[in-house]
Amino acid sequence: MQSENRIGYQTVEYRSRPVVVATASAVGPREGKGPLGSMFDLVADKADFGQESYEQAEAALLREACRLCLSKADLGEKSVQAMLGGDLLNQIMASSLAARALKVPFLGLYGACSTMSEGLLVGGMLCDGGYASPVLCTAGSHYATAERQYRYPLEYGNQRTPAAQWTVTGAGATLLARSGSLPLRPMAALTRGCIGRVVDMGVSDANNMGAAMAPAAAATLCAYFDDTGDVPENFDRIITGDLGYVGSELLLEWCQKMGHPLPRERMMDCGLAIYYPEQDSHAGGSGCGCSASVLSAYILPRLQRGEWQRVLFMATGALLSTTSSQQGETIPGVAHAVVLEGVRE
Amino acid sequence: MQNSRSKQEFMEQYKALIARITPRSKLAQGVWRSFWVGGSICLFGQILNDIWMRFLHLTLQQAGTLTSITLVFLTALLTGIGVFDVIAKYAGAGTVVPITGFANAMVSPAMEFRPEGWVLGTGARLFTIAGPVLVYGISGSVIVGVLYYFLTM
Repeated sequence: MQSENRIGYQTVEYRSRPVVVATASAVGPREGKGPLGSMFDLVADKADFGQESYEQAEAALLREACRLCLSKADLGEKSVQAMLGGDLLNQIMASSLAARALKVPFLGLYGACSTMSEGLLVGGMLCDGGYASPVLCTAGSHYATAERQYRYPLEYGNQRTPAAQWTVTGAGATLLARSGSLPLRPMAALTRGCIGRVVDMGVSDANNMGAAMAPAAAATLCAYFDDTGDVPENFDRIITGDLGYVGSELLLEWCQKMGHPLPRERMMDCGLAIYYPEQDSHAGGSGCGCSASVLSAYILPRLQRGEWQRVLFMATGALLSTTSSQQGETIPGVAHAVVLEGVRE
Repeated sequence: MQNSRSKQEFMEQYKALIARITPRSKLAQGVWRSFWVGGSICLFGQILNDIWMRFLHLTLQQAGTLTSITLVFLTALLTGIGVFDVIAKYAGAGTVVPITGFANAMVSPAMEFRPEGWVLGTGARLFTIAGPVLVYGISGSVIVGVLYYFLTM
């Protein structure tokens, strides 16, 4: 039986149009020197953020992004009815530590780098269904902790391949609420979401995440367009999370092949937006914090100012673990999408 | 979904697309850099060896041991002050293949896992990268040694 809030197979419609009321980002020094440097709310002087370990630093970035977001909305921590968050550490430790400090009702998520759009997707349902409002959606990552988790010690001397990506040190927090429930001017409204399927095209090269995730991104986009009859031209931007240079090119080619050609000039990738090419990030930025911080610092403000009317925000995740890659498994990818629209006064 | 054969074809087509779009490592540049840096490290080792023999009046074997110790010490120092990985990023195999690569593979996890403590961090993780080299290097040399013993009997 088709639910009234469902369109087609994978797409959901938020009938009450939950709104984004506040958002904040906290990033590391390298991201602060990137093209979006001046747009982040907090840029740490040092990658360790004054903490004893990088894991603690990641938790602190998440916590500070949440606190900044709440202070922008002029809300206390007690008023948050649900926090949805995740990161790349084992057992999403950084998010749990941040939630411990904030003492708010917490639902942990793991979608690898797709966590931010997963959070918005589920957060929108909680608001729309009347189960929680406001909902704090957050995601974060740290270069040093991700290197340790997936690759080598920081001081180990090795070379990165040209397709490798650089994990963003940063976090973003975005506060969703039922429309009209808070006396705040909304930044954007959440109108639709598309739950991604896990897609695996047999890529096993962990140094080419863009290639592993691009088919999942293409599958979600095609599902959304098929479900709704919407077209890419209805969006000011179709924004991917961290496909990087290689994945973005693959997405264009693969969508063309699947019968949904994408207009290149309307595409944007957070991983390509966050660093200058001369910052030596190879194929671009990656990590949960990449899409989360770019959403807060760049995408939502543009919607708020009316420079964009409608965007599709789709963060992509590579669902591998070190165990699965060592056992020779290929890399499953996932992409979740949400439609964000500007709110006219 | 399609049947398994067209799924297979689909994956092959995607692999071909990846190969076309993914930029490749610059082979000539990589080979040249690893050659000149690796060669320079070996030349430096030879100079050290000569110095130890001439000024400390060591035998060839003693001087060789001291040269290894010196190179391992210098690599550990450079790793500790965060310089070695910068050189290695440039040089690639040029720093990995000489004994410098081994020293770096020991010191970098020792530093990395320090926050987990001396025993379960540094102690337990010290061999995460160098471990396989030791296991198979030592096993290989034992096998070769045994073979050599019987073949020269």
